Amino acid sequence: MEVCDFAKKELGFNFLVDVSSMDNYGDDPRWTVVYHLYGITSKQYLRLSVSVTEEKSELPTVTNVWRTADWHEREIYDMMGIRFRGHPDLRRILMWEGYPYYPLRKDFPLAGKPSEVPEVAFSKPAPLEGGPFVTIAGGNDSIAREPRVRIPETDSVEFNNRVEARADNKATRGEAFGPGPIEPKK
Amino acid sequence: MPEIRSIEARDSAAQAAAAMKALPKPIAEDLGDMQGEKMVLNMGPSHPSTHGVLRIILELDGEIITKAIPDVGYLHRGDEKIAENMTYTQFIPYTDRLDYLAPLANNVAYALAVEKLLGIQDKLPPRCQYIRVICCELARISAHLLGIGCFAMDVGAMTVFLHTFTEREKIYNLAEALSGARFTTSYTRIGGVSRDTPPGWCEAVRKFANEVVVNIQETETLLTRNRIWVDRTKDIGVISKEDAISWGLTGPNLRGSGVNYDLRKDQPYLCYKDLEFDVPVGEVGDCYDRYLVRMEEMRQSVRIIHQCLDKIPGGFDNKSKEPVNVPDGKIVLPPKNKVLTSMEELIHQFMLVTQGVNCPPGEIYFGHENPKGELGFYIHSRGGGTPYRMKIRSPSFVNLSILSHLLPGHMMSDTVSILGSLDFVMGECDR
Repeated sequence: MEVCDFAKKELGFNFLVDVSSMDNYGDDPRWTVVYHLYGITSKQYLRLSVSVTEEKSELPTVTNVWRTADWHEREIYDMMGIRFRGHPDLRRILMWEGYPYYPLRKDFPLAGKPSEVPEVAFSKPAPLEGGPFVTIAGGNDSIAREPRVRIPETDSVEFNNRVEARADNKATRGEAFGPGPIEPKK
Repeated sequence: MPEIRSIEARDSAAQAAAAMKALPKPIAEDLGDMQGEKMVLNMGPSHPSTHGVLRIILELDGEIITKAIPDVGYLHRGDEKIAENMTYTQFIPYTDRLDYLAPLANNVAYALAVEKLLGIQDKLPPRCQYIRVICCELARISAHLLGIGCFAMDVGAMTVFLHTFTEREKIYNLAEALSGARFTTSYTRIGGVSRDTPPGWCEAVRKFANEVVVNIQETETLLTRNRIWVDRTKDIGVISKEDAISWGLTGPNLRGSGVNYDLRKDQPYLCYKDLEFDVPVGEVGDCYDRYLVRMEEMRQSVRIIHQCLDKIPGGFDNKSKEPVNVPDGKIVLPPKNKVLTSMEELIHQFMLVTQGVNCPPGEIYFGHENPKGELGFYIHSRGGGTPYRMKIRSPSFVNLSILSHLLPGHMMSDTVSILGSLDFVMGECDR
């Protein structure tokens, strides 16, 4: 951090272009963090590399030198798992909060690993999963196959199944056959 | 000529505070209790003005934003991980999908980065350089037309959007004639371009360049002195010079804040040093300045295109058979008829397809002036046909990080103007 501060104030590299990280898997130290600085007046690039061991996996933050380091450091934490000491808000940025792996590490497979996806708000079963707009095979006529037989107001598969199974319903509309609504996925 | 009126700066937070003071004391005290009540509003991920899947969690005090937490990553595909597992050439189609509003410019940026690693950046044939510059500038016009069109539509000017999209359609036609695809062009190759310009293409570009200035002028008359437009954008979302540098903004957003930083001028690549163009720079750094910078950049792009068409080696139809690829069989695929008849070309073809372009070990960073800002590729190679690590420095990702600093103090409705003026693409932001 002192080096960055010096580069900014004394050498005139006032623009932090990029911070990237690298996993030297199998080598020691394992991590390399690369800073790209640019001097807008001098029109020169400067590349700084820092090696970090796997046990430490921590670096001081440069957010107080350049504000833009905020998201770059969060990305490195998210993708590689290197922490930044003194970072104001070190959370995951591209993956969701609670994701257990660090995907850019070399020991993480390209195909990914199974993980718990956070709860997604499902509303109703989709039509092909027995939702409200699927006609039922069988019945005497096309009216019997219509979804309104199954009381669309409720949209509840269990309730509709019960309605279909009712004796008086069968008597008036005829025996239903065929697979019927598919059970919604639990 | 309509009269230009000066418009007073609006500081919404100060206005609210002043309004509080003006009220009689008992009412002000009553309202003071309510002022403490903050509302959390979730904007996005699929809000029309977020142009994709950006989510912002806003904390509101009445209509004034007190806190903003941008949430990105909904379009994360792991492009950097994918790049580590394929050859350099195979990654070109993935660059189309970064900033999908300017795929031609991404193709050029990526090809130049790999060529820098190979050390052949300065050895590109001149015709290839000119074609690439025309591609970049077409992409810039296309991206800015969309940026301004959507920006205007978000603040209520529907006409502009339809107007600019008519012109973008022509750019898609040109891209189709050039590369075979309207959207995902994948036009460049390492060491050149996939094919030379088709017959009649250069004339079509000339025709387009003449037509688009008319369209830009019409857009200008629709917006620049439009009272509603000026009210919605002037002195909204002001980014100071220091803030812009500290937050790492690039492209029109940085230049709108008055920093003269354009990689085409500062780190000239391709044939930009032979071309004459100006870099427009804003003064205040508000949404209106960023809009003006984009308008002027389009005009400069047209100017660059005209110069390129005048100077392009080999002329419009390439009668003198100027090469468009570097003459190196270890980098560029040989012509197909030679592959089937000559041993050396067959070997080259086989090696290139199976192993990829053999790059030397080393690390490079190449920054390209993309329509949205500096698109950088940091490639760390350990030799061979695949990168060991490739980091994509995407301008939209960096430009969006300022939101948490910029939004507080603005009215809720100004969010739309600010988002529109920052002109981001989530495909590039999330990679």
